[in-house]
Amino acid sequence: MASSLILIPLIAVIIFNLPIMASHKRLPLLFGVVFSLWQAWLALFSAGSLWGNPVFPLPLLSGMHLQVTHLTLVMYLAIAIAAGSALVICWYTLEDGNKRFDVINLILLAIAGMNGVVSVTDLFTLYVFIEVVSIASFILIALHKDGDALEGSMKYILMSAIATLMMLSAIALFMMTTGSTAFGEIAHALRTQPDSLLRGTAVGLFLGGVFIKSGSVPFHGWLPDAYASAPAGVSVLLAGIVTKTTGIYTLIRLVTAVFGFSAHLQTLLLAIGALSIVVGALAALTQTDIKRMLAYSSISQMGYIVIGLGTGTTIGVAGAVFHLLNHAIFKTQLFANAAAVEEQTGTRNMDALGGLAEKMPVTGITSIIGFLSMAGVPPLSGFWSKLIIIIALWLSGYRWYALIAVAASVLTLAYMLSLQRRVFFGKLAAGFENLKEAELGIVLPAVILAAISIIAGIAFPFVLHRLILPIAAGW
Amino acid sequence: MTSVIDIILAVLTTLAALWAVMKGTLLRAAIALAATSVMVTIILFRLNAPLAAVFELSVCAGLITVIFMSTLSLTKPRTYEENMQHTKKRFSRYWLLPPIVGIAAIALAIFIKPFSLYFPFATSGTDVRSTLWNLRQADIIGQILILLVGVFGIIVLFKDKKKSGKEI
Repeated sequence: MASSLILIPLIAVIIFNLPIMASHKRLPLLFGVVFSLWQAWLALFSAGSLWGNPVFPLPLLSGMHLQVTHLTLVMYLAIAIAAGSALVICWYTLEDGNKRFDVINLILLAIAGMNGVVSVTDLFTLYVFIEVVSIASFILIALHKDGDALEGSMKYILMSAIATLMMLSAIALFMMTTGSTAFGEIAHALRTQPDSLLRGTAVGLFLGGVFIKSGSVPFHGWLPDAYASAPAGVSVLLAGIVTKTTGIYTLIRLVTAVFGFSAHLQTLLLAIGALSIVVGALAALTQTDIKRMLAYSSISQMGYIVIGLGTGTTIGVAGAVFHLLNHAIFKTQLFANAAAVEEQTGTRNMDALGGLAEKMPVTGITSIIGFLSMAGVPPLSGFWSKLIIIIALWLSGYRWYALIAVAASVLTLAYMLSLQRRVFFGKLAAGFENLKEAELGIVLPAVILAAISIIAGIAFPFVLHRLILPIAAGW
Repeated sequence: MTSVIDIILAVLTTLAALWAVMKGTLLRAAIALAATSVMVTIILFRLNAPLAAVFELSVCAGLITVIFMSTLSLTKPRTYEENMQHTKKRFSRYWLLPPIVGIAAIALAIFIKPFSLYFPFATSGTDVRSTLWNLRQADIIGQILILLVGVFGIIVLFKDKKKSGKEI
């Protein structure tokens, strides 16, 4: 069944590009939305036994060795939500019809790649699927081919090349010392010989690559440029899910299921997490470009996930995964809001904006919900995940880190209030008297995502028992 | 055990790779890269991995070098002075690289004594076809995805419309 989430988008893209389909340019978008809804439904309501069945009617492809864990289900849900929103926003923000069709196809391939990343059980296969998503991202960032877009894409390519080198070297070292790249065999080898210098080096190299992919401090140099210079819909995809899948998910999966926790690794995770939280929040405070501010805020929020993982406890990992899901929801929504503002005003410079809530009320209200969820204000879903992470830090004895996490929440409130004041509140900026709300295709995803933030916050016990606690119980 | 030939091959591969990075002219860097691939091909043959060696030779040393050469033939060549200046800059930027590689090699030799270029699992593996189609199916699907992404990348980035609306 899991293989169908990779193969169906792949086959669909091939079909959409057959000559007989030339007149159906809208079909990939419709397919993408329906597929995302189906994937979300499967992630939320499917029985565990379903995933082991070879439902896909291709017996030749039954040997993909995929595994669907509870963490995978959360990622399927996050991918469906963020990528589905990005598909719709890309369609409504790109002007060139042909380019729009090709971009939707690329996003469908990226969805197949991300579903692969979260389902595989082999380090080399993981690397292959990470490359699928990364290459699609390089292309999508450079879409407009102006100076900023090419610079953002090139920075991402260069940093990714370093990450690739590190990951491939690690895979080679694991192959040399264990004779396999399967998760299970590497985990067994690390457990039986924890002091092996070569395997330790391999773990360090692979984690270094993953930290680059996740944009954690101090490996974050590429991230603000990539997010800010990408077209609006692509920024939604990148910030909403791409870096979370290729970076943060991979980190959580490998640490919990393959590499295992050690005192050194926990210290490293806590330090990088805390550094990301603080540096990201402080940098966000000084930005004037909406997307750059949101990009730095992503670095800060991903720090919360890393620091939660760094506790090495069941509750900490549960909080990290829950915050990953929440961040996919509210960051996708905030980038959708930024897309609406950029589309209607033609600028992302916050100093040139002001009072937009009067003319764009839906965007204004949904952005407030997104920012409150990100700042950890109850009863929104972001509050619960931050609370769990802070409790985990406190109970594990990392009280200074807990205090840093709480203090950084105040910084989050500060920069997001600054964004709200400069963009949506106050006197309407000159030249925007005839401004209208963005079209439905851009506004609707933001409304749905804001509703999810509220519902997931109020229905917290359901989310906790259905999605989060099974993950913590399973490792 | 590692034989003298293997050590010579490893040293030559490293030197060719360093040459590719440090050479100022792109043409010579491409040739150096092809030379690196040829060395890797010989190593792969000696590791009893003939299929990997053939791929390395035909794709990396052959096809990719041809693509590099074709691209270079479409660009404007530098003047002699520009070339000299660029080579000088490259040397000043990368002069630390050879000592770092040398130190890393010495460290590997000292700390990882049982290191050998011969790995039993590389020589005793099952048929490559059955390995690819039965054990590494997900990798093949991933590579098909990468190919398709590359195709769409070329379409999206290089297929532009002229102002008249006619596609080029």
